[in-house]
Amino acid sequence: MTDDRTNDANAPEMIEDTVWEQEVAFIDSVPRWIAMTFVFVVFIGTWDLVTRLGLVSPIILPTPWETFADMVFVGQNLATGGYMLAALWITIKEVIYGFALAIAIGFSLGVLVGETAFGEKAVMPYLVAIDTMPKVAFAPLFVAWLGFGIESKVALAAFIATFPIVVGTAAGLHAADENARMLFKTMGASRIQTLIKMKLPSGLPQIFTGLKIGAVGVMAGAITGEFLGGGKGFGELIRVAASQLNTPRVFSLILYLSLVGLALYLIVQRTQRTVVFWQKETVESYDAG
Amino acid sequence: MIAAAEQGFSGASVGAPVYELTRVSKTYARNLVVALEDVTLTLRKGSFTSVIGSSGCGKSTLLKIMAGLIPPSKGRVMLQGEPVTGPRRDIGMMFQQATLFPWKTAVENIVLPIEIRDGKPAAEKAKEKAHALLDIVGLTGFENVYPNELSGGMAQRASICRMLITEPAVLLLDEPFSALDELSRDMMNMELQRICREQQATAFLVTHSIQEAVILSDEIVVMKPRPGRIAEVVPVDLPRPRTLDMMTTPKFGEIVDYIRGMLDKGEDM
Repeated sequence: MTDDRTNDANAPEMIEDTVWEQEVAFIDSVPRWIAMTFVFVVFIGTWDLVTRLGLVSPIILPTPWETFADMVFVGQNLATGGYMLAALWITIKEVIYGFALAIAIGFSLGVLVGETAFGEKAVMPYLVAIDTMPKVAFAPLFVAWLGFGIESKVALAAFIATFPIVVGTAAGLHAADENARMLFKTMGASRIQTLIKMKLPSGLPQIFTGLKIGAVGVMAGAITGEFLGGGKGFGELIRVAASQLNTPRVFSLILYLSLVGLALYLIVQRTQRTVVFWQKETVESYDAG
Repeated sequence: MIAAAEQGFSGASVGAPVYELTRVSKTYARNLVVALEDVTLTLRKGSFTSVIGSSGCGKSTLLKIMAGLIPPSKGRVMLQGEPVTGPRRDIGMMFQQATLFPWKTAVENIVLPIEIRDGKPAAEKAKEKAHALLDIVGLTGFENVYPNELSGGMAQRASICRMLITEPAVLLLDEPFSALDELSRDMMNMELQRICREQQATAFLVTHSIQEAVILSDEIVVMKPRPGRIAEVVPVDLPRPRTLDMMTTPKFGEIVDYIRGMLDKGEDM
């Protein structure tokens, strides 16, 4: 910039800037919340149009406004500690117990499979085989073994959520690079030291990926368990509402249920951010609120 | 000891033998692949030795044997008069990548070898020494910084500290700066020379760069592949301390050309 001035004395000629506008895609200039609101409005608008034009029977698809009204009703029931809150609480308990059980079993199996040659050779093939089965099909078995209470739902929820945690943990233990392994060897580290001080911390990102997938699975497991095994949870409310063709109720119950799933996911994600603090830059850009 | 036979070309090196390899061989796959044949080598106290050779010449096998990571198939490996039968604390090692752990601060990374061998309390006590080492490599003030915030060169400086914290008798350097850009690399090499001088360290460097080997070393071990063996040990009689300017002297060019000629011959085999 300053060289212009040094040239001033002998060459006062004007230099024309060759500044040009770089093209920016329109969507890049739109804040996320506006884009999201746009999609929401289009969705509700289409939904409203479809019901208004009578394209679908109101029993099958209620109007958005009926659904919102019911959401308010369910919300009031939940807020005032009505029977729905009791049901929701049962489902939440199933999810928490199921997730805790899945973490305990999944992590242990993951270490067995990821750390020991025996686990990788002899146990992993069975885990893969079971993982490919439709796990929901085990629900009647869990009911037969554990009854119609909360236990059978916890079991199914844990059963579904365990496998991603096993896979995440095993993958995490393999994530450490060759140099790190060699470094630990040259330092004379024992196997346990290598596992605790190097392999597990290196694998935390993968372990948390497993936990997040598990968190989604545990919700699905609990609700499926309630559909197939009865009980007094939120899934039962949905089943009853559906059998009464109370579609707005079904919709609003699903919405509140999804809030529980979202909360669980966010808890896992927040924990990840605190525990795996060094991974900050690579956290999925998706949830950059 | 066979060491007596080595004295012919140990002109530049001084001090007593620290690391001695005698007729060391390594074969893989039921003696079908000979990775290393009959390697005899002596590192003297305070000397800097480089090993250079095309890929497959067995230099990484040699380094692993010297680090106590793998046993030799034949021969004798002695460090400070004791056979090397596994990793030891008097062996310091450095790799191509800094390999600092992102969940530990610079200082915590540096005292890690102490933490592994002597436990957390000892590591806590060693932190003072780690601070001193950070001063030596010019990283004062970066004690509590996480590796994510360090540049490649800074990370390698920190890993030098980690190597030195146990006061090893020999430093094994596996292409330590080859991941850095050339400018930082030259600078780090000069730093390395200074640190080795100050600490009176015995260093053994594996490298692909002839220039790097010549500027740093007292002796260069040129290796040939299939089977991996020592072709020649070339003494470098440039004065110390070395400077980057020396890279333009005729003497430097001569040695580089000589080694390049030998490596080219090796290619044909």
